[in-house]
Amino acid sequence: MYPNELELQWSVLIALYPFITGLVAGAFILASLERVFNLEAVRPTYRLALLTALAFLIVAPLPLQLHLGHPERSFEMFLTPHRSSAMAMFGFVYLWYLLAVLVIEIWLEYRPYIVERAQTAAGWIRWFYRAATLGSYNVSPRALRIDDRLGRFVTVIGIPSAFLLHGYVGFLFGSIKANPWWSTPLMPIVFLFSAIVSGIAAVLLIYIGYCLVHGIRLDMPCLDAMGKFLFYAFVVDFGLEMLDLVHRNYEADESLKTLNFMVETRLFTSQIVIQIIIGTLAPLLLLGLTQLLTLTESARKGLYTTSAVLTLIGIFAMRWNVVIGGQLFSKSFLGFTTYKMGFATREGLLPALVLLVLPILILWLLVRLFPPMLDQEAETPAGPPS
Amino acid sequence: MRQRFRDTEHLVRLALLFAAGTLVFVVARALLVPEGFGEYGHFRSGAMVDNQLREPVHAGREACRECHGDAAAALAAGGHAGVGCESCHGALGAHARSEGEVKPAELDAAALCSLCHARNVARPARQPQVDVAEHAEGAACTDCHEAHAPAL
Amino acid sequence: MSVDRRKFLVEATQFLILTGAASEAWPFVAEGHPEAAPGYDVSRHWWAMFIDAEKCIGCGRCVEACKTENDVPDGAHYSRTWVERYYIPAHDVTRPESEPSPHVDSPEAGRYGFREIYPKGPGAKAFFVPKLCNHCTHSPCVQVCPVGATFESPDGVVMVDKKYCIGCRYCVQACPYGCRFIDPRTNTVDKCSLCYHRITKGLTTACCEVCPTGARQLGDLKNPDDPIHELLSTHKVQVLKPNMATGAKVYYNGLDAAVR
Repeated sequence: MYPNELELQWSVLIALYPFITGLVAGAFILASLERVFNLEAVRPTYRLALLTALAFLIVAPLPLQLHLGHPERSFEMFLTPHRSSAMAMFGFVYLWYLLAVLVIEIWLEYRPYIVERAQTAAGWIRWFYRAATLGSYNVSPRALRIDDRLGRFVTVIGIPSAFLLHGYVGFLFGSIKANPWWSTPLMPIVFLFSAIVSGIAAVLLIYIGYCLVHGIRLDMPCLDAMGKFLFYAFVVDFGLEMLDLVHRNYEADESLKTLNFMVETRLFTSQIVIQIIIGTLAPLLLLGLTQLLTLTESARKGLYTTSAVLTLIGIFAMRWNVVIGGQLFSKSFLGFTTYKMGFATREGLLPALVLLVLPILILWLLVRLFPPMLDQEAETPAGPPS
Repeated sequence: MRQRFRDTEHLVRLALLFAAGTLVFVVARALLVPEGFGEYGHFRSGAMVDNQLREPVHAGREACRECHGDAAAALAAGGHAGVGCESCHGALGAHARSEGEVKPAELDAAALCSLCHARNVARPARQPQVDVAEHAEGAACTDCHEAHAPAL
Repeated sequence: MSVDRRKFLVEATQFLILTGAASEAWPFVAEGHPEAAPGYDVSRHWWAMFIDAEKCIGCGRCVEACKTENDVPDGAHYSRTWVERYYIPAHDVTRPESEPSPHVDSPEAGRYGFREIYPKGPGAKAFFVPKLCNHCTHSPCVQVCPVGATFESPDGVVMVDKKYCIGCRYCVQACPYGCRFIDPRTNTVDKCSLCYHRITKGLTTACCEVCPTGARQLGDLKNPDDPIHELLSTHKVQVLKPNMATGAKVYYNGLDAAVR
């Protein structure tokens, strides 16, 4: 080990960050399936997916701010962004995605509701809606048609923007030639597909959770469509990760011995057990069953839920293995170190858990401000288990 | 025409909001970018001066010669000619600046000599090395060797 | 020209240059308070370093001097410079698969020297390698800094702007040589600055000043009289990790294939 490599520089929070932006990108891409590719089946989750993306996007900079040595100087990335630095470009990609894509799309989608609430809501919340109207109360059919066309346009540019938002995170790691665990052109693609997988899984779980809480009947064709896309996205993602593995072992360059040793010892639990077996092979198998066999609604619900939970665990493990794993071995290929994660420290486990829970709380708030399924708000019971 | 404007009015307001935001950003940037940024490259030129602003802690060999000419001459004539004064005596900047008021630290000759001259398999062969215990037989290095002119 | 005379000429030139430069620097040392270097023209210098790994005896004086000179926090994992000891045990050279990995250690970054722990035996190879920031011309650390807090000055020194650094540690990840660390007191990145506060005033770096064998030597590539030109043309030099094409400016003589 070089003496300075003893302590890890990037902590669990830096593993959390790509997980969160991945959920944003994945949720948005799921939403865009309906809007741009006219996949009617997933329409029920459209608004929920957008709100999920927004909730996680709001939280996304927080792990970074906690990690920085000088968070109060982080605005410098906007003042003097170094154009050769992927990290500097993040600030603008994030701003672009938040303001020009997500917020606009949600605003356009909810404008009729905002206008209505601005006129009828009671209490101080009415001021929020009034501000959100930007002073315009025109919801004529023509105006709404224009909104719809613009919304579609925003979604179309939103898809590559979502790719960029999370793809750059992969590039941030993939462009570091000093670190052979990270340095590969496949990194942005792998990150992106694992983002899509985690986003679909998250929206699936949130949709099921929301319906359970509000006593709404689950739309099975919607769940089936999500399950199908989750399965296929996962197949691609798994294929890409296997490609990386095979390629590494085939070329067998200098770093291979060290990296294999690291995976077999330090990363055995997190990579082999959690990421691959529990987090990839198991959900693939379960989802494969739903695709190959004809199962009852109840069985499918159970399999989708289980797969989604395992998927999220697996994708987080993948982020952990990339970020933490890349720092466990020495760049001299002659040594290893360990990661000591604190609990109640600034970059410890506790803040990480809080940051995982926070988007759910924000989503709860957003859902109250912008209810996702107005047409099904009638309190229909979920129905007897079938 | 007016109807068309009325139907897109909310979008115009949105665009104006964005324009206002961009303007605020541009103005803030003009005010907040530090002075000297970009003068030599993508960095604050003042940082180069910042890195110069430190008083040297080591004085350098020439500084010692001014007052310790004899020792310097003995050193130059012997096997330790290439060894700087501060290699053994530690940082002497404060001592030199204070013209002797600030005393250099006491030297532990045994530990210091062994640092370079104890036998070590990784040392190049031409470096004079001994097995200290065997060589010294309990004596201190300076009992036989004069540090500034160590050859016997 | 016999070897002795050439050696004398080289060393005499070094001595004269050091004396000349140092006498200019003496007023700065005597001043006693931190000040910039007036009269220093960045466009007339291009700093590099020559390290003769065959001369390094692993005394660690350079590490100690650097810590004192630059107020580096105590602790091996805060090292602007360090020395590594390599030990390659004897092995059967006719069976390549039996080739052992080198044992590399750097106790306290080499600051207090190296205790002998290896047996002397035939066939084993051991040596020291001093390391520091290589002040690369195509530095990956400069490339990835999001705000421009690390940079290469016009005279070839890669430095950190501690007032601007946000502490994201991207540069630490990007450096292939492991020469950067976070200063826990300022929460910014720190690394070897080639003793910029010394070299701009005519002194040499602290590590070169105290090196007893002359293994480390600062060089100014733009100065035609600098001994580094002679050294570079008469030795087989190499930089660390040349495949990374970083444009490293610390030139090593005698670097073994096992060194990473």
